[in-house]
Amino acid sequence: MQYLDFEKPIYELEKKISELKEFADGENLEISNEIKVLSSKLEKLQKDIYKKLSRWQRVKIARHPQRPYSLDYIGYFVDDFIELHGDRGYADDKAIIMGFGKIDDRKVFLVGQQKGRDVKQRQFRNFGMCHPEGYRKALRGFTLADRFNLPVVIFIDTPGAYPGIGAEERGQAEAIARNLREMCRIKVPIVIVVIGEGASGGALGVGVGDRVYMLENSWYSVISPEGCAAILWKQNPQEKYEEAAHNLKVTAQDALELGIVDGLIDEPLGGAHRDPESTAIKVKEQIIRSLDELEGLSIEELIRGRIGKYRKMGVYKEV
Amino acid sequence: MEWFRKSSAPQKGEPKKEIPDGLWTKCKNCGEIIYVKELEKSFWVCNKCDFHFRIASQDYIRLILDDGQLEQFDDNLVSDDPLEFKDSKKYTERIKAARKKSGLNDAVITGTGNIDKKPVSISVMDFTFVGGSMGSVVGEKIARSIERALEKRIPLIIISSSGGARMQEGILSLMQMAKTSALLALLYDEKIPFISVLTNPTTAGVMASYASLGDIIIAEPQALLGFAGQRVIKQTIGQDLPPGFQSSEFFLEHGFIDFISHRKDLKRNISLALDYMAVQPPGQK
Repeated sequence: MQYLDFEKPIYELEKKISELKEFADGENLEISNEIKVLSSKLEKLQKDIYKKLSRWQRVKIARHPQRPYSLDYIGYFVDDFIELHGDRGYADDKAIIMGFGKIDDRKVFLVGQQKGRDVKQRQFRNFGMCHPEGYRKALRGFTLADRFNLPVVIFIDTPGAYPGIGAEERGQAEAIARNLREMCRIKVPIVIVVIGEGASGGALGVGVGDRVYMLENSWYSVISPEGCAAILWKQNPQEKYEEAAHNLKVTAQDALELGIVDGLIDEPLGGAHRDPESTAIKVKEQIIRSLDELEGLSIEELIRGRIGKYRKMGVYKEV
Repeated sequence: MEWFRKSSAPQKGEPKKEIPDGLWTKCKNCGEIIYVKELEKSFWVCNKCDFHFRIASQDYIRLILDDGQLEQFDDNLVSDDPLEFKDSKKYTERIKAARKKSGLNDAVITGTGNIDKKPVSISVMDFTFVGGSMGSVVGEKIARSIERALEKRIPLIIISSSGGARMQEGILSLMQMAKTSALLALLYDEKIPFISVLTNPTTAGVMASYASLGDIIIAEPQALLGFAGQRVIKQTIGQDLPPGFQSSEFFLEHGFIDFISHRKDLKRNISLALDYMAVQPPGQK
């Protein structure tokens, strides 16, 4: 297990407990009382830390190197997954995966932004940052799902759309814009789960649908805390990430309060990486509930509902 | 190519309002000293080098609409502060200052008017108001402008000038991209034409939503157009950007706009295009 900076006291106590257990086993000592005391102390410490997470700390959990990614969830609850590749125009963007699959025998089309676990994989996946061909690959998938009447399930997890020369040359803005419009014209249910990072247009480019859920420690914002800090504080922006995350209200709880998402999915104490399997079960259950709700709707009700959902977003005053 | 690069990327510290107050002014691109009255007559374009000065939303209304007549709607919408955002200044104070300085209520004016007697629903963004950024008010006014085109079955024109989504409204700003694009899906299916005009600059969240979704897209010369900011790209790739990168000419070359129009020809070009893209009768999906 890798620990984040603010988890240091937890790490130290967990280490102490496991050392004590090891020592006791070797010496055949009866120390169950001490362990019990320490364990309850640990439980209290965990609650103290995890129940009072700052927004920036949640961003760090969302980026935890052991956090489950799109393909992990697919591995946990999707059967007969057939991965499809390419945008049929330029390339296969590895930062996005898609394909046919079954969730409890229900046929669906899955699209997910994909990060890599080790250095090589991270580079291969371009750190989960899509190029225009990634958005066009996803659109090809949505269109395919539409033609064969398969509901679409999307996992969002990106630090942003890739900012590079090639991405601009091939129309990053156009690719995202087109998806925003076309995802409102797809005649099958679209269920979205933000599983980690939801950075701006890079996330929204595959983020328009009928139901949007967020994992408890995921974040979704118009700009990353780092990007915001760099704009607002020219001097030492790295000292202002906490403040930027706070100002931007980036957490899942914030998005729910602002009426942007339909609900949250609980994570185990400390984050999804502490128990990926139990997290996956909850994600799966939410997807199934949402698909059940949407399946009874006519195409007209579905599209009207989807467009109406976004039509309502925004806060302003009239004078 | 140096002249080209210079004008496509506005320099740091450049005043946001490019219209000079005095009798004479210097062209930002070629340095020519120009009589302001002359500049006014030439639609704020330098008659030596064709540099297009940034102009206000009202100037576009005068330029595009018959008799400069706009029936304005929704000017009573103003920003709220849903995030209670505060950096060196409170967001509410920033908005107050912007309203005072620009005389506008937010970064877009919307309404209806005629172009060569053809009625249109039109939105014109204004960079002087917090960098033309799109928050809830801009999103809502654009959305209503699209709905007006749908209801009246008249073409939609949007003239963009924006640095992107308004950071101080957080994810609500981001969702304005989805909101406006969702309504454009309805317009698209109804076969009502939408002409998107890009002026300097049109980037990020606005470029990645309605500005890119026109049936045809027209840009003014040498405008800065793109998705990511140049500083961010430079930092990410660790090298300098090629000359002319993210300009109107670059967008034309890569196939993302239909043509570049000199400001003096803009009205005529829009008007001609509208003649070919007649609104189709309802129910012709």
